Amino acid sequence: MSTYSLSDGLASGAPRTSRAPLLSSWVRESGIGVLASIAWITFGFSCLWWEDVGDWSRTHSLGIAAFIIAAIALIGTVGADYLGSAGRGLRQRAAWLVALGAFLTVWEVATAKFAWLPLPFFPPPQSIIEVYTDDLPKLLDSVLASVKLQLGGYLIGATIGFLTGVSIGWSRAVGYWVHPVLRFIGPLPATAWLPIAFFTFPSSWSASTFLIALATGFPVTVLTWSGVASVSNAYYDVARTLGAKPSFLVLKVAIPAALPHVFVGLFMGLGASFAVLVVAEMIGVKAGLGWYLQWAQGWAAYANMYAALIVMSLLCSGAITLLFAIRDRLLVWQKGTVKW
Amino acid sequence: MVATAIAEAVTQPAAGAALDIEQVSHAFDIDGTELPVLSDVSISVEPGEFVALLGPSGCGKSTLLRLVAGLDKPKAGRLREDEARIRSPHPSRVVVFQDPTLFPWRSVWDNVALGLEAQGILRSQRQRVDAALDLVGLSSFRNAYPHQLSGGMAQRVALARALVNDPKILILDEPLGKLDSLTRITMQAELVALWQRKGFTTLLVTHDAEEALVLANRVIVFSDRPARVKADIRVDRPYPRHRGDPYLAELRRQILGLLGLDATW
Ligand SMILES: Nc1ncnc2c1ncn2[C@@H]1O[C@H](COP(=O)(O)OP(=O)(O)O)[C@@H](O)[C@H]1O
Ligand SMILES: [Mg+2]
Repeated sequence: MSTYSLSDGLASGAPRTSRAPLLSSWVRESGIGVLASIAWITFGFSCLWWEDVGDWSRTHSLGIAAFIIAAIALIGTVGADYLGSAGRGLRQRAAWLVALGAFLTVWEVATAKFAWLPLPFFPPPQSIIEVYTDDLPKLLDSVLASVKLQLGGYLIGATIGFLTGVSIGWSRAVGYWVHPVLRFIGPLPATAWLPIAFFTFPSSWSASTFLIALATGFPVTVLTWSGVASVSNAYYDVARTLGAKPSFLVLKVAIPAALPHVFVGLFMGLGASFAVLVVAEMIGVKAGLGWYLQWAQGWAAYANMYAALIVMSLLCSGAITLLFAIRDRLLVWQKGTVKW
Repeated sequence: MVATAIAEAVTQPAAGAALDIEQVSHAFDIDGTELPVLSDVSISVEPGEFVALLGPSGCGKSTLLRLVAGLDKPKAGRLREDEARIRSPHPSRVVVFQDPTLFPWRSVWDNVALGLEAQGILRSQRQRVDAALDLVGLSSFRNAYPHQLSGGMAQRVALARALVNDPKILILDEPLGKLDSLTRITMQAELVALWQRKGFTTLLVTHDAEEALVLANRVIVFSDRPARVKADIRVDRPYPRHRGDPYLAELRRQILGLLGLDATW
């Protein structure tokens, strides 16, 4: 045992054991990719094999697309070693590809092929694809309107909320006046203002912006305020002995120290404002994804509703992801001090 | 050696300021009752002196330092720096607290730069930050964040953050209290070297009589709260001092006696 040498290993051990581990490691690394590919091929066949029970124009294209995705999944995972980070990413998500392919197959068969699920209410995948291709301009217009409204309201609400929060946290006098107002009005759901807002504001657009700003502003204000109020006096003492003036204390001590709290408020505000956005669009604005949903319901266009819902959830999760990315950039210093 | 050269090239040794504490009394309101903390304290510190303040815990040493820093105003009495009344904090009097209190969202370099930035002179004086970091031997950690430092390193950064302002009076509130004994002895030596080189007046609160005797020209012993000056002891010994010095041992015995600890030592 103690006189092991490199040549021993090369001569006897290595060749005998090398084949089996190679195979098993190949299966471990690429097996799920092959499964994913099979799942998507099955989905493709499920589209093309049987006749549709209804009249949908994208069934054939969808089947072809499924085969292409199957091919990409196969090549991508088996050849991941040559594809760099893209290959690694694909391999990591291969299990999800399997699940997605299986889900789509069941969905396809249960709706378009055998109508196990009642039909107008549960449209097949191809009818949703049809919405994205045939109703694209209207959908894009709605997306644009929603994003504009949401962005405007959110930015206004977040800015005002942040400034108000800092002022209350910093100044006793401001706190004296604003705190009771905040107590009284803040907990009211922003949507309760909706009827009043729509006839007091000059346009439904400005009314909706106000409501979204309101929904955003309350949590941002409260959390900014509590963040500023909980900054340890020791930081102020240090800064003051080093010659800091009040403006420095606010901008370079209070605000950076409160920033983690501010972001919690920004996340909460984002969630609250999505709800207001959709309601405002449904009831007042006559544009945007909320209105598109409403309109689709009016026409019993269920595929359009699902299509709009999917877009909406992509937008919302995209916005959250963006906010996370901004936080991670601004709060790098927190890494290692708290669990993310 | 390098650190010395850089420090001298970049900053002229700032001469220390005189500090006069004249009949200062202070008290806190705790639930409506008055808690006297300082009672008629008078200390006159010469420019460049190194004064150690010793006293039972809770007697009011930190309170006195906050008054000297200008962070609080005394209920009675006056404090002067070079004849000028102390009414508010000023970067010529910088405090190093027991906790390093580094700003966690700032890198080491930005923490040290704090004073210059607050005074609006950072742009033209960036090299002073580099020199201060060199002085405490942490140049290679300039981009680290505070949570990546050990306790001793963090305290060094706090020291650099104070020294970068070239204070005339350096106020130290048990800055080495939480360090392990090895780091502590090293930093004591560094502190003496810095003080000798720069010539600032130093006010050091410590609970360690030996530390006071190794570092200071003068040791002031306080009574229990409310703090009064109980003894003002001159330590006429050249630096570097040795812990085993019988003269210091005798002084230490006296001081511990003043603090009521003679029986155990
Ligand atoms: N901000 C404060 N408010 C009320 N009491 C205080 C405050 N700061 C200190 N004290 C009290 O003053 C006394 C002296 O405190 P301090 O100066 O910190 O003592 P030490 O000599 O240990 O540094 C303590 O009894 C403490 O409780
Ligand atoms: Mg203290």
